[in-house]
Amino acid sequence: MSRIEKRFESLGKSGRKGLIPFITAGDPVTDITVPLMHAMVDAGADLIELGIPFSDPMADGPVIQKANQRALAHGTSLHDVLDMVKQFRRKDATTPVIFMGYLNPVEAMGYDEFVEAAQQAGIDGLLVVDLPPEEAGELNELLYQRDIDPVYLLSPTTTPQRMEIVSLEARGFVYYVSIRGVTGSAELDYDEIQQSINEIRQHTRLPVGVGFGINSPERAVKIGQHADAVVIGSAIVKMMENYNGDKQRVINAVSGFLHSVRDALDAISKS
Amino acid sequence: MSAYSMPDKKGHFGRFGGIFVAETLMRPLEELTNAYEKYIKDPDFLQEFDDDLKYYVGRPSPLYYAAGLSRQYGAQIYLKREDLNHTGAHKINNTIGQALLAKRLGKSRIIAETGAGQHGVATATVAARLGLECVVYMGADDIERQAPNVYRMKLLGASVVAVESGSRTLKDALNEAMRDWVTHVDNTFYIIGTVAGPHPYPAMVRDFQAVIGREARQQILEQAGRLPDALVACVGGGSNAIGLFYPFIDDDAVAMYGVEAAGDGLATGHHAAPLCKGKVGVLHGNRTYLMEDTNGQITETHSISAGLDYPGVGPEHAWLKDSGRANYVAATDSEAMSGFHDITRLEGIIPALESSHAVAYSKILAAELGKEGIMIINLSGRGDKDIQTIARIDGVEI
Repeated sequence: MSRIEKRFESLGKSGRKGLIPFITAGDPVTDITVPLMHAMVDAGADLIELGIPFSDPMADGPVIQKANQRALAHGTSLHDVLDMVKQFRRKDATTPVIFMGYLNPVEAMGYDEFVEAAQQAGIDGLLVVDLPPEEAGELNELLYQRDIDPVYLLSPTTTPQRMEIVSLEARGFVYYVSIRGVTGSAELDYDEIQQSINEIRQHTRLPVGVGFGINSPERAVKIGQHADAVVIGSAIVKMMENYNGDKQRVINAVSGFLHSVRDALDAISKS
Repeated sequence: MSAYSMPDKKGHFGRFGGIFVAETLMRPLEELTNAYEKYIKDPDFLQEFDDDLKYYVGRPSPLYYAAGLSRQYGAQIYLKREDLNHTGAHKINNTIGQALLAKRLGKSRIIAETGAGQHGVATATVAARLGLECVVYMGADDIERQAPNVYRMKLLGASVVAVESGSRTLKDALNEAMRDWVTHVDNTFYIIGTVAGPHPYPAMVRDFQAVIGREARQQILEQAGRLPDALVACVGGGSNAIGLFYPFIDDDAVAMYGVEAAGDGLATGHHAAPLCKGKVGVLHGNRTYLMEDTNGQITETHSISAGLDYPGVGPEHAWLKDSGRANYVAATDSEAMSGFHDITRLEGIIPALESSHAVAYSKILAAELGKEGIMIINLSGRGDKDIQTIARIDGVEI
């Protein structure tokens, strides 16, 4: 059983909603990432999504685009990101870490080398935004062999037929994109999201996380009433824009925000 | 040898091509593939496409025997005059085709990316004619170096959005157009201007551009009495080149040369020649040759010509390179400038800087083919848009 499965199993038993923050590795500086990951866990994160910086993040809105540029400005490479996870694992052996990124840096390293290094570093899941299941066979075989879960996006445009295709390949959980759009944008249509989650549950027994556009405890609660977990990215990444050389201040800001989301989500479980 | 039948059902040209996009775009792409496969065989659609090409674009474009250039370079050189099309380049062939598809799919809004501005102008043109809303994404740097085309698009009623992210050129414009499409998939048709992007774009754009090669093949048989020894075309994304090459692919004796932008020189690293110097990777929805660093980050490209300033290339060219069917070479900025001046002075034709790269390589190729050798150069566009760039390089104030 993978670390992601175990985590969702214990969440399910305790009735707790999963909280999955996203940050871009190396944004804005290298040595903030690991302490930030620990702080997020302390503030109530159940899993962590770690973005691999890429020069052309096609599915991301302006906030995460800038995060990618900041991380690349000082040369954050996939090797560096793997090292960060290795460091994180020295103090935290239980919180699942999911890599989120684009295919080209992974291809450049080579599938075999990447998957082996990811397992050694302690990566639990991989979400490659621009790698649909139809093109993922070769990589997924390697991931399955090493107990790394391929995580897939489902969107408002995903047909029931595609949900079947995706659910055959997906492990760990599925990630429902709550909007038609890029990360960090738009108003949410809660009725559509609820309907979609119900539809998804007819095609897969995996837990459903929801993300894109969740930027406040209020939105997290509305989503958390139906989803197993909420993913929060741009709202956290936006806080890196105020870095100004003061790591602790940014970490405190992220922690404070996640605490407020955690409290709000816990209120659902109790009610 | 069996007839060429690329791509496969999922858009693969050997190991290249495919569909590498976020989930939200999978269904729109499937819808587009279904529409394209249906209408490309539909007699009414094809009739409307042919009529538009004839009466609106002005096709067939002439195949012109360039006597002066032939004498100077030492081979029989024919020019396929795509510069004479309405809007001044081959780009309009494809935008007509895709706009007709957009109309049949009931889309009210068209978006496009553009580098040199030729595809943007061609898209704004068809949108104006069909009464569709049009938004063109263009790198902020390209907006500066192609001001006349920006103004043309605005006159035609398009909104031109400056893209400030990344390297502020064509690749970033393509990223931004993809983001727009993801956000407005219900009412928007994305007209990609080259044979890159996810399936079905590389095959669809090729099929709309193949009119170039079909005409040229027939014209050279009429005018020269035989097939040419070689075809020459510039390659950025590669749409004009594939348009010329494709109808000749099963003619084994016809050699094909795609000319990339060598910028300051292939050895300097300042170029836009992924087929000559790149690595295989995934960008903008397909697997192909790319300009990238050892970490898989896309690197900035350089070319005098905005239309060739792109770090990727259509996956079919990647396949034609690996299979050996086509040859890919490169011409530097200064070689392209020489080609530009040669053809301008010897033929009275001012070519686009993109097409000047093909002219530059034809000089080298002519020496190999010899006086009786026949080649067709795709003169993909006219050079009016580049006059300011040329003047600046030549140190002339206008």
